[in-house]
Amino acid sequence: MRFEYSPAPESRAIVTLRDSYGLFIGGSFVPGSSVFKTISPASEEVLAEVTHAGPEDVDRAVAAARQAYERTWSAMPGRERGKYLFRIARLIQERSRELAVLETIDNGKPIRESRDVDVPLAAAHFFYHAGWADKLGYAGFGPSPRPLGVVGQVIPWNFPLLMLAWKVAPALACGNTVVLKPAETTPLTALLFAEICQQADLPPGVVNIVTGDGATGQALVAHPGIDKIAFTGSTEVGKEIARACAVSGKRLTLELGGKAANVVFDDAPVDQAVEGIVNGIFFNQGHVCCAGSRLLVQESVYDEVLAALRRRMGTLRLGDPLDKNTDVGAINSRAQLDKISELVSSGEAEGASRWSAPCPLPDRGFWFAPTVFTEVSQAHRIAREEIFGPVLSVLTFRTPAEAVEKANNTPYGLSAGVWTEKGSLILWMASRLRAGVVWANTFNRFDPSSPFGGYKESGFGREGGRHGLEAYLDVTGSADV
Amino acid sequence: MSEAAEVSVAAQAGRIAVRKTYKLYIGGAFPRSESGRSFEVTGAGGGFLANAALASRKDARDAVVAARKAFPGWSGATAYNRGQVLYRVAEVLEGRRAQFADEVRLAVGGSHKSAFAEVDAAVDRWVWYAGWSDKLAQVRGGANPVAGPYFNFSLPEPTGVVAVLAPQDSPLLGLVSVLAPAIVSGNTVVVVASEKYPLPAVTLAEVLATSDVPGGVVNLLTGRVAEIAPWLASHMDVNAIDLAGALDAPGALADDLAVAAAENLKRVVRLPVSDWTAEPGLDRMIATLETKTVWHPLGV
Repeated sequence: MRFEYSPAPESRAIVTLRDSYGLFIGGSFVPGSSVFKTISPASEEVLAEVTHAGPEDVDRAVAAARQAYERTWSAMPGRERGKYLFRIARLIQERSRELAVLETIDNGKPIRESRDVDVPLAAAHFFYHAGWADKLGYAGFGPSPRPLGVVGQVIPWNFPLLMLAWKVAPALACGNTVVLKPAETTPLTALLFAEICQQADLPPGVVNIVTGDGATGQALVAHPGIDKIAFTGSTEVGKEIARACAVSGKRLTLELGGKAANVVFDDAPVDQAVEGIVNGIFFNQGHVCCAGSRLLVQESVYDEVLAALRRRMGTLRLGDPLDKNTDVGAINSRAQLDKISELVSSGEAEGASRWSAPCPLPDRGFWFAPTVFTEVSQAHRIAREEIFGPVLSVLTFRTPAEAVEKANNTPYGLSAGVWTEKGSLILWMASRLRAGVVWANTFNRFDPSSPFGGYKESGFGREGGRHGLEAYLDVTGSADV
Repeated sequence: MSEAAEVSVAAQAGRIAVRKTYKLYIGGAFPRSESGRSFEVTGAGGGFLANAALASRKDARDAVVAARKAFPGWSGATAYNRGQVLYRVAEVLEGRRAQFADEVRLAVGGSHKSAFAEVDAAVDRWVWYAGWSDKLAQVRGGANPVAGPYFNFSLPEPTGVVAVLAPQDSPLLGLVSVLAPAIVSGNTVVVVASEKYPLPAVTLAEVLATSDVPGGVVNLLTGRVAEIAPWLASHMDVNAIDLAGALDAPGALADDLAVAAAENLKRVVRLPVSDWTAEPGLDRMIATLETKTVWHPLGV
């Protein structure tokens, strides 16, 4: 059954794009060495010209952060630091619609997600960490944990503002200053965040934002003036950074890729499980490091679950990300679309069976229809490699032990899902799944108080909660916790 | 007369001592190195003490396989059970104080008193760590007040197989101080003993073998750190590496090992310790822990 909807586009009028954006260094926008263009992945239209930060620009940003750290931020009482973070949280809430529309234009994600998930969670992260700023001595890291200094942060394009909040809020609450590099394809909400820092009267240099590509990130990671690196992105780049930091001695936390198993047992309520499966892999076009990209279904309910899943996928609405009825938006870039297409081709070539939801794709922009592969073996690339797109690989199992074996058969370990009505089975599974986050009878839930991060090659360190503070404090040698 | 012979004579005048063969400890058994190699261990005075096994790359890999095999059982045991087993280690160690004091003194020199002090500190450290097994989860975990109808909690879990390079300068206390924090939370370990003072480590392995520590939980290699450690650092089935025994190594060994460890993103533990007798704190235990967060909806 298919419902027809009239278009319900969110207005773009709330966003005022500038023609050109500088780098945010020392509290103001400054020109840099060269520029590049950022486009809307849904239409390929150029949105604005953005500055590419070269090594000398990164140098200036680190110097500004160092000065702000030494002269202002590290000396400021926690309760005063906290007030700035509360201000930022409120400003994000006040400008939430503007941020949501801008995020959707620059990233391609549906407005429903940027409006209901990304922006509210970003505000919540600042609000949560604001309260920690004057309570760090009670966080269990000894009576007076110290900040680390200047932190270099490199974030991905899948949740541009939210990842900024995950990085900046705890760093600032703990008394560090930051130099943040947004992803090359999604710089605009970070630059709007810079304006928010100005409106909050945040002392200049506490937050610096350098836009650019991988080379800018490399310059930041290699910069000797930085005490700690926090990176969210691909495992491949994470390993390069780990090697660099192994020699330089910088502290490091990494939040990397995943290939999460979403395990459905035969007693699970099928409709709820299917909603969870759909949310797990098609939320944000599958551009989610913790996406439930491997569906493990107990054999006895395989036919029923797959039929319900295909039926549900048939109702997903793909198209204009600004339309409030859109479920699946645009793929973030041509490069990512190529990567998804290549892996999907490999799935077909290796013998898996492909089914894509029958939805029309717009003529312009980057799109990929929600896709499910059956007859997948554990050796197939689509069962082993992170696709980072709306592509689900389905495998089956007979016993809980087999489910655990298959779920853990990956070098990743970021997240996992379990669907069953049996409480003891949930806890049994949760204790055996080697993953940092286990969602039982739900999927893709996030909260600032909930630690998030991976086992194995999904990275190390946690973001969120009391645990997340540890990444931004010098806690070594604290006699108690 | 060798130093070993000297002690035996002093202890049991008129009798020819039965000497011990110092071997590796892998999967609960005491094999020689598969390479058939050994190296001479000399005492503080420079005399011959024993030939220890010179472990090879293959021994290191066998040890990792044994540690991986032991991981589900050890990490799945109750914290109370692990605590009891580790306390049992301290009991057995206490009963062998004199033997360890002799071995420590022969290795590093010094007085009987200082040797006993090191052994006593090592026993006390086992007891300290044993007690942590069933307290870590409450200290490091808890419920998280998420904004929604969900119950959400975080718990510490062991990271997996940990390679430990034991400190070079402290043959028993240093070894215990890096071994106990790794296994108390449920990790299994491949430990490379102090290169210069390997013998007390092998004797400690005998204590472990007779203290209800399941075979494979601790696997001990003796030999050259610079030869064995790179294979452990680059091993894709090792989850973490404690570089204690390589921090003062010549050249850039510690950096090289950390770079190799990045290939599968091992947790790299670099915590310099100047005084092994000082209260250790939680840093070493935390370094080989993961945090797992579990969500479940609330509702009727």
